[in-house]
Amino acid sequence: MPPAELQTPHTPHTPPDESPDLTVTVNATVNGTRRSTTVEPRRTLADWLRDDLGLTATHLGCEQGVCGACTVLVDGDPVRSCLMLAVQAREMAVTTVEGLGSVADMHPVQQGCLDAMSFQCGFCTPGFLMAITAYLARRGQTAEVPDGRAPSDDEIREALSGNLCRCTGYQSIVDGVRRAWEITSESAGA
Amino acid sequence: MLSCADDNCKRLRRRGVRELSCRAQLRRACKAAAMKPPPFAYDAPETIDEALGLLDEHGDEAKVLAGGQSLIPLLSMRLARPARLVDIARIAELGQIFLNGSTRIGATVRQCAVERSAELRTANPLLGKAIPFIGHGPIRNRGTIGGSVAHADPAAELPAVMLLLEAEMVLRSASGGERTVPAAEFFEGFLTTAAQPQELLVELRLPAWLPGTGAGFQEIARRHGDFAIVGAGAVVQLDPGTGLVTDSRLAFTGVAGTPVRATEAERMLVGHEPTIAAIAEMAAVARAGLEPSGDVHASAAYRRHIAGVLTERVVKEAVDAAR
Repeated sequence: MPPAELQTPHTPHTPPDESPDLTVTVNATVNGTRRSTTVEPRRTLADWLRDDLGLTATHLGCEQGVCGACTVLVDGDPVRSCLMLAVQAREMAVTTVEGLGSVADMHPVQQGCLDAMSFQCGFCTPGFLMAITAYLARRGQTAEVPDGRAPSDDEIREALSGNLCRCTGYQSIVDGVRRAWEITSESAGA
Repeated sequence: MLSCADDNCKRLRRRGVRELSCRAQLRRACKAAAMKPPPFAYDAPETIDEALGLLDEHGDEAKVLAGGQSLIPLLSMRLARPARLVDIARIAELGQIFLNGSTRIGATVRQCAVERSAELRTANPLLGKAIPFIGHGPIRNRGTIGGSVAHADPAAELPAVMLLLEAEMVLRSASGGERTVPAAEFFEGFLTTAAQPQELLVELRLPAWLPGTGAGFQEIARRHGDFAIVGAGAVVQLDPGTGLVTDSRLAFTGVAGTPVRATEAERMLVGHEPTIAAIAEMAAVARAGLEPSGDVHASAAYRRHIAGVLTERVVKEAVDAAR
């Protein structure tokens, strides 16, 4: 039983925290590794990644789906990890910024954003990196985009409209996306 | 108070937790405070019948979870406190789309499916025009078409789209079998629909898109992706020979407790040529017929004004698309 102080007075009937019938097993592939833990169904994907798996690079800003800082990829699609329960991601593939690359071996999106200095305080950066990764991957697969054309500012801004940055004014982020696109197309052409 | 390296301690202090007697208790308390939604039981049925059985057993104690893009924020803010969630996302049957003249969309088809399917956008151009206005890409990647309709937020796009299309909602329950509710009767009030607690919205049926019909959808929002202050959609059908309007529909979001059709205004165009003057007259009637309430973001008068402006834009857009 949790301490009495935590039982909010206006909800006397809520079941006690962590009672055995209120737990579920979450199995998912996170950054290529099978992970399995037993959690309460109310655990959000963001809290599961950060608190249960220790993957703290995913940042939590507003926790209500507005800011995009917690964006991760679920089966390749960018989603808000604060608006998804961990249990909803069962048997799915989750990618966080830890799964993109390392300092020694950066992902083209990380390298592009570093080249263009697409950050100031860095809080929103993990969410942006995941949104950019998904955007460039999807754009590369879409037949509607003529080959070899760099993404326009408008396209980039539309793709990243769900992510807020309070420092940069976004221009350096747009530059970073274009740089990431250049790196990707250079390596594809090489 | 014991100190804890975890920054959840800040949350505990905010919740007025001052004294904890042991470290294990502190750890448990930290863990509990880290989760914002209140506790609930969780089921993930794999068949419709299993889901209907759960809804029949638990009634309004249970809440259906589809994509969760409206429900999870409500849980996190503890504005909703269901004892049980029935997650329908794993029911394969509900994720199907049938295109055969009319369009049948399963309840758990995600909003992004429309953006990714040129076929679906051709089959229903209004859906194709309205969906990009819903939140942002990451929201549409999880949010479902059926979930938005069942949530019935009057500021949301899809309820108004269903009203414009004169779509039918297919509801099923364990005891009552299946019934079909037209959109005009489905949206009863703010976040309230004709669906009973034991009923599950299983499918949306959109009538076939007729030749010579065009669609328009526009919104005014404070920021791109926000809930709109007012949104408007129009469907116009033109006679290919004479160019006269044979069918005209107009609906608004964000001006009442439900999405609303502007029936008086839409009739004005039928049988006439859709000239700029005729559309302007129609907009004036539509504007006068609305009684929106004002809030901190927009006064009632401003809402009415932009409803008129949007009417002109969406009807012109629909006429151009119909030609």
